[in-house]
Amino acid sequence: MTNHYTRTAITLHWAIALLIFAAFPLGVYMHELPLSPDKLRLYSYHKWIGASIFLLAVLRVTWRTTHRPPPLPDSMPRWEKLAANTVHYLLYALIFAVPLSGWLMSSAKGVQTVWFGVLPLPDLLAKDKELGDLLKEVHESLNFVLLGLVLAHIGAALKHHHFIERDGILARMIPILGKDT
Amino acid sequence: MKHWLTVALLLTASPASGAEFTVLHPQQSSITFVSTQMGVPVEGSFRKFTARIAVDPARPEAGTARIDIDLASIDTGIAEADEEVAGKKWFDTRNHPVASFVSSSVKQSDQGRYTASGKMTIKGKSLDVNAPFTLKQNTDTLTIDGMFPLKRLDYGIGTGIWSDTEVVADEVRIRFHFTVAKK
Repeated sequence: MTNHYTRTAITLHWAIALLIFAAFPLGVYMHELPLSPDKLRLYSYHKWIGASIFLLAVLRVTWRTTHRPPPLPDSMPRWEKLAANTVHYLLYALIFAVPLSGWLMSSAKGVQTVWFGVLPLPDLLAKDKELGDLLKEVHESLNFVLLGLVLAHIGAALKHHHFIERDGILARMIPILGKDT
Repeated sequence: MKHWLTVALLLTASPASGAEFTVLHPQQSSITFVSTQMGVPVEGSFRKFTARIAVDPARPEAGTARIDIDLASIDTGIAEADEEVAGKKWFDTRNHPVASFVSSSVKQSDQGRYTASGKMTIKGKSLDVNAPFTLKQNTDTLTIDGMFPLKRLDYGIGTGIWSDTEVVADEVRIRFHFTVAKK
C-alpha cells in the first residue's frame, strides 16, 4: 500500500489549489473596483478560472471514486481522523458549490459565462435581478466558508508535517517530501 | 371645445385613418439591445420611448415611423452600468437625452418582410440606418418586429478607455417589437 495519493490526484489537488489562490483574491479585489474595461476583463478572467475549477473538480471526484486515497496514519487520534475527513469532504463539496454559485449568479444577472471567451456555458437560470443579488450573497458566503476550511486544511497539514507530529502526512500530497523518510 | 371637436371629426373622417394602425400599445412593445462584452452577448432595454407609427398593412410601403428613446431609461441589468452609460463618455444624457429614428422610406424585401430606411440620431450624430422588419396582422393589432446593427463608435458612444472594442464590441444589435392598433 502506497502512502501517497496517485500522481493524477496530486496534480488535480495542486492545480485546483493554485486556481483557488488566484480566483479568491481576484474576486475580493475586482468587485470593489469602479466600472471600467479592466473591471470587465477581471470579471471574465475570474469566471474563466472558476469554470476551470469546476471542470477539474468533476475530474477529481471522478478519479477519487475509483482510486482510494492512502489511509490516515494510525498515530492519528480518532477525533482528528474524523475532523480531517469532514474537512476533506466539505472541501470536495465546495470546489463544486463555489464555482456553481458563481455560474448561477452570472446567469441570473444576465451575463453568461463564456469560457475563455470561446465556449459558452449554458445559462442554468433565467435573468432575475433579485435572484442574482441573492446568489451573490451565497457565492460570497460560500467563499468565506471555503477560506476558513482551506486555512484549517493548511494548518493541519503543517502541524502534522513540520511542527508537531512530523508524521510525514504532507508527503501524501507532496511525495518528494517523503523521499528521505 | 368646438375647435377640438372639428379636429376629431376631421381625423375620424379622413380615409387613411380607417386602414392605418397608429395606436401604440406600450405594454406590448419593447426596444432592447444586445451588446457584446468580453465576447459575451449581454441584453439590455430602454424602459421609456415613444413610437409614432402609421402603417396600413395593405400598403406598408407608405408607412411612417418616428421613434424617440429616453436614453436615461436604459436598463443594462446592472445599476452601476446604468449610471456609467448616462455619463459623457457614453450617451451624455444631460446634453443628449433622446435618441431618435425617423423613417424616410419602407421597401418590401420579401413576403411579409420589409426594410425601413431612415436617420438614426444619437448624441447629436445622424446616420442612415436600414432596419429590416416583419409585419404580422392579428385580430385587432399589428405587430412589427425587427433588428438592426449599429456601430456604437460611429456615434461616439463609449469613448476614451471604453473605445477598446475587445472589451465592449463596436457592434450593438437593436431589437424592436411594436404592437399597434387602429384608432
